[in-house]
Amino acid sequence: MNSIILRVGTRYLAGILVLFSLYMLIRGHNEPGGGFIGGLIGSTSFVLYAIACGTAEARAALKIMPQNIAVAGLGIALLAGIAAALFGDALFTGQWLFLNPTEDSKGLPISTVLIFDIGVYLVVFGSILSIVFAMEEEI
Amino acid sequence: MARNIETSENRDNGLIGLIPVALSAALFAWLITQANTIAEGGAIRYVWDWVPSLGISMSFMLDGLSLTFALLISGIGAMVFLYSRTYLAGQEHFNRFMFFLTSFMLAMLGLILADNLITLFVFWELTTITSYLLIGFAHATEKGRRSALQALFVTGAGALALLAGFILLGTTMGSFELSEILANGDALRNHELYVPILILILAGAFTKSAQFPFHFWLPNAMAAPTPVSAFLHSATMVKAGIYLMARLHPAMSGTDIWFWTLTVAGAFTAVFASVLALRQIDLKQSLAYTTLMALGTLTLFLGQDSAYAMTAFATFLIVHSLYKASLFLVVGCVDYSAGTRNADILGGLGRIMPVSALAAALAALSMAGFPPFLGFIGKELQYAGILAIGSQPFVFTVALLLSNALMFAVAGIVALRPFWGRREVELPRSPKEVPWTMLLGPVVLACLGVFFGIHPDPLQFALVDPLVASLLGSIDEAKELKLWAGVNMPLILSIVTVTLGAALYIGHRGLRAWLGRVVAAAPNFDRGWDRFLAGLKGFAAWQTRIIQPGILRVYIGVTFATALVAIGGTIIARNAWPGLPDFQDVTWPIIAISLLISVGAIMAALTSSRVAAMAALGVVGIGVAMVFIVFSAPDVAITQLLVETLVVVLVAVALLRLPLLDQGGRDHRPADAVLALGVGGVFTLVLLAVLETPIDLRLTEYFEVTSWPEAFGRNIVNVILVDFRALDTFGEIAVVVIAALSAYALLRTTSERKDP
Repeated sequence: MNSIILRVGTRYLAGILVLFSLYMLIRGHNEPGGGFIGGLIGSTSFVLYAIACGTAEARAALKIMPQNIAVAGLGIALLAGIAAALFGDALFTGQWLFLNPTEDSKGLPISTVLIFDIGVYLVVFGSILSIVFAMEEEI
Repeated sequence: MARNIETSENRDNGLIGLIPVALSAALFAWLITQANTIAEGGAIRYVWDWVPSLGISMSFMLDGLSLTFALLISGIGAMVFLYSRTYLAGQEHFNRFMFFLTSFMLAMLGLILADNLITLFVFWELTTITSYLLIGFAHATEKGRRSALQALFVTGAGALALLAGFILLGTTMGSFELSEILANGDALRNHELYVPILILILAGAFTKSAQFPFHFWLPNAMAAPTPVSAFLHSATMVKAGIYLMARLHPAMSGTDIWFWTLTVAGAFTAVFASVLALRQIDLKQSLAYTTLMALGTLTLFLGQDSAYAMTAFATFLIVHSLYKASLFLVVGCVDYSAGTRNADILGGLGRIMPVSALAAALAALSMAGFPPFLGFIGKELQYAGILAIGSQPFVFTVALLLSNALMFAVAGIVALRPFWGRREVELPRSPKEVPWTMLLGPVVLACLGVFFGIHPDPLQFALVDPLVASLLGSIDEAKELKLWAGVNMPLILSIVTVTLGAALYIGHRGLRAWLGRVVAAAPNFDRGWDRFLAGLKGFAAWQTRIIQPGILRVYIGVTFATALVAIGGTIIARNAWPGLPDFQDVTWPIIAISLLISVGAIMAALTSSRVAAMAALGVVGIGVAMVFIVFSAPDVAITQLLVETLVVVLVAVALLRLPLLDQGGRDHRPADAVLALGVGGVFTLVLLAVLETPIDLRLTEYFEVTSWPEAFGRNIVNVILVDFRALDTFGEIAVVVIAALSAYALLRTTSERKDP
């Protein structure tokens, strides 16, 4: 599709969508959001990019093959799950670490659960883009 | 493609080939040291917990029955391994072969030592798989592949029945431990599930031990290298079924159904197989059929519970393994040396291969049942056992007599003719005596047959008595093994056998021609197997053509129609019509959303423009998302909206390639509308029924309470996804990845096919 308005708009929109998707991913544990929703939003940004500027440019912007992203996400999720075994818990048990706890708050939480959610994000993101790019290119 | 003997003899397979020999010899030696404990009535048990929550343990037990089998397996195994090292010298895949054969031996030992039904089954299947690999060792030939697959299918199908039988047995008895089940035989025999359990277990045992009508795979399995035939298809694997029946004998025997099934199947297999054995020209095929005969006889005796029958079983089991393995190995020697196993061509090898000839003669005399061989004692006991049979002794005695006489004749064909008969035709190779590594096995095994014939006491003490004790519970029950028991009925029957057998041997060529005509007219199970497989494939192709024609509308139609019939049929059959809900709680927003969804659905169904249909479907999707918002499930609503958006993009891309909706031809819409309304109606009913049952909120409450303190998250949906149910989520994202990669691969292959 050759529309200068869409192309220019997409340049800003896509970036904002990716940022928004990351925001949704991180806040997901307490507010609506999470890896699945984040991945969906993230992929729409590149779908939009592909529609506006063509899949070749979208692929170049992404730099990594979407299939690889999906598989890597699966690997990250698996590692996050296996990590529990290192602490002697059953597989996929969340492991938490709180940085700088004060009396008022527990501190900054770092957890395998978040890593697992990042894996979910990447799987959804990569899978959707794999299919959309392939369909766009075939047609 | 005659193999050059001189070079192959000198080709060394290295020392690796000796490892299995040493392993099995060591096992044999260890088992011998345990023999005394067992003979004194003890049993050795080892238990490791495996899946304790299901009552499954890795438990092993060494008693009289398993000791006999274990000694046969490891002892014959050691000989066969040594033999194979020379027989297959220079073979390309020698190490692989040895690996398969060793794995098989260990699996077989595991099978007979297992004291837990599930453990036993696992080893049972391991023998199936390793034997598949061994039969198919000549995988480059069509015959090798077919035979291997046939053996795998027949025994594998039986094993499935066996697994079902074991699970039934274990659950009805409340334990998977064999020793506990065997101690409660009466409870099992009186249980209402006794007959189904028996049928399922016998299906496994009969297929494994090639009882009629599952016999046809065994002669084909002779496609395997001769050491394999000697080891698996005479001495060990085919006896796994026999072992199982013997193992369960204390718990399951003594009923009418047990007696008649085993006795009739065994007797019929024995006669049927020994008649066919006479017909074969290939020495190995002859032996294969005599193995079938032996398996039939063993089954026949397991059907009984008299002390004579059990002693006959124990003795014949040992006799048969000794002489049959020996004969198979000798046939291998002949094949190795002369390049053929054709009984009509072979002759006069006695002078050239004196040691092989001696082994063959000793083994065959034992098989024919001449005194002072162990085979004679075995046959006397057989007749004593058959005379003690509870019902129809005359019929079964005649059957046994006939098959023993035929065995006598076959023994002559296999052992006498190749070595002592006249040679009329030139052989493919100029024969010479085989190396000692190949002779050791057959000679030792054949000599044991003489030794135990003259001195049956050690055999009686170490193996027969404990084995009978495992079957009947008391060591005193076993009958004595002796060469001269006075002039009695068994002796007379033996003499009749020898006379009849000699007559059959003299007339065997004429008989063979006549048999050929009879057999040609009779139904052929092997060809029937081919027809069965072809029919199965044909059926698969037919139903694939019907259900999967490659038209998306048909796929969807079939899926929904199946759901409609299955669910709707259940509602009608059970008369489970749900009542109407009360509509008091329905608020205006819900009514508005419902209207929106309905309008969208009707639009999508009626429009003739794809873009309009897509937009209408989008309306439906957004309506559903709004329902989620109304019922405060923001996560689901967001996901629904995003998915809806992406679907629109995907469909829009696909739309560019699709033809217009209205392209003439038959209009499918009326039929589709009926289906759609039906499915919609049925699902409405299901939902109404679901609403009638009170919702169980325990899980929801649990997650609400524990989400924050235990998982540090306030968004329950997300906490469930990534923490409480993370394993499920992992499975789901794995599916997503697989789906994406498959879709990608599909799209790629079709686009590549398009532009050459």
